[in-house]
Amino acid sequence: MIPENLRYSRDHEWLTEGSPATVGVTAFAADALGDVVFVELPEPGTLVKAGDPCGEIESTKSVSEVYAPADGEITEVNVTLSDEPGLINTDPYGAGWLFKLRVTGDPELLDAAGYTALVS
Amino acid sequence: MRRTALFDTHSRLGAAFTDFAGWSMPLRYGSDLAEHHTVRDGAGLFDLSHMGRIRVSGDPAFLDWALVGRMSAVKVGRAKYTMLCHTNGGVLDDLVVYRLAEREFMVVANAANAAVVRAMLGEHSNGYDVRVDEQPGVLIAVQGPMSLDVLGTGADLPYYGIRPDRLDGREVLLARTGYTGEDGFEIYCSAGDAPAIWEWAAARGARPCGLACRDTLRLEAGMPLYGHELSVRSTPFHAGLGRVVALDKPDFVGAAALRSVAAAGPETLLAGLVTEGRRAPRAGYRVLHEGTDVGVVTSGALSPTLGHPVAMAQVTAALAEPGTKLAVDIRGTRVDAEVVALPFYRRAR
Repeated sequence: MIPENLRYSRDHEWLTEGSPATVGVTAFAADALGDVVFVELPEPGTLVKAGDPCGEIESTKSVSEVYAPADGEITEVNVTLSDEPGLINTDPYGAGWLFKLRVTGDPELLDAAGYTALVS
Repeated sequence: MRRTALFDTHSRLGAAFTDFAGWSMPLRYGSDLAEHHTVRDGAGLFDLSHMGRIRVSGDPAFLDWALVGRMSAVKVGRAKYTMLCHTNGGVLDDLVVYRLAEREFMVVANAANAAVVRAMLGEHSNGYDVRVDEQPGVLIAVQGPMSLDVLGTGADLPYYGIRPDRLDGREVLLARTGYTGEDGFEIYCSAGDAPAIWEWAAARGARPCGLACRDTLRLEAGMPLYGHELSVRSTPFHAGLGRVVALDKPDFVGAAALRSVAAAGPETLLAGLVTEGRRAPRAGYRVLHEGTDVGVVTSGALSPTLGHPVAMAQVTAALAEPGTKLAVDIRGTRVDAEVVALPFYRRAR
């Protein structure tokens, strides 16, 4: 259920290997949020530090911040989410991705086993 | 954590559970939006067994004294929405009271307030020939325009009516009440019968729905939720529900305070707000008028049915008129809001 080939933040986000890395929220986080109805994402070109709030995900019940999982520059955002925010629920590791991040430095991230331990 | 008689049923259905007033209750079974839409255009099935049920047997004059409504005027087989207030006029709970017989009433309280309601009714019963008892059992709701088709009975039951009936051969109390803004029924049955009645209703087309959609449904319908639109710090008049207070009763708990608020008018009032965009005002957010704080949001969400944000807010009374332009501070951004009449959503009849 938790993909082996991704890296994870303690804020329940996943990143692909390499740079720019694709970033999204995990299925665990998406399930906890409930149906996502609105997503606000940073502008491409935004420089972020790991842990910075850089967007919002709203479900019917709550609002959650999106945190940058690593230092870097936002290179692209998933514009499809403005019309179809529910992709975060239905395909969190695929079409529901949030943004792409040109990672600088060496971020502190978990592997799949580490993230599995975090959420179990 | 307390579990209802349907806990195993919910677990088998894969429900996500939430702690609600000490009860482990289904929050959603899958998509809360899909569950919401099912209640608007089909039939939803809810476990509401966490709600408090209190049996009051004896002199009907007791409830006229203890509650703000005139309960002795309710006919047998009918129900009334009412409130229990503190002597200072503050709302201790909002209630639905069913009259089951001349001297038998069932009081349905919010889960979080059930113990308080029972204790206060006990306290107020001094000097009256009544008994106040907890009523065991299960409460299942079937809500939505297809509810009648699911149940196959109840067409002749009026809104806010209740009667003994049989569902799948099992004895129940069937009430035409609800908290969703749709036609629907509430079923009071024994814990032993509950799983079978649930399965029967589901097999007849009612979709299991959790508390997440119950909240967006009641918000669209402009119905107050205790702890949000109602609290002990404000009176029914502040919530725009002064009509439930029978001021012409000789005396009742909270009468003096409520008469004084009714005469002077409340300083703040509950208002419906709509905003542009998709970011919803949420409970606790500030409401502004020309840059000045004039109130606070009590509930808000992006309305699944209407497609735009809706909210209720307690605002300065003079600014609660529909058409008034206000603003809400949504996490640091001022978003224009307009006061609208409640409810936001009204079903087609």
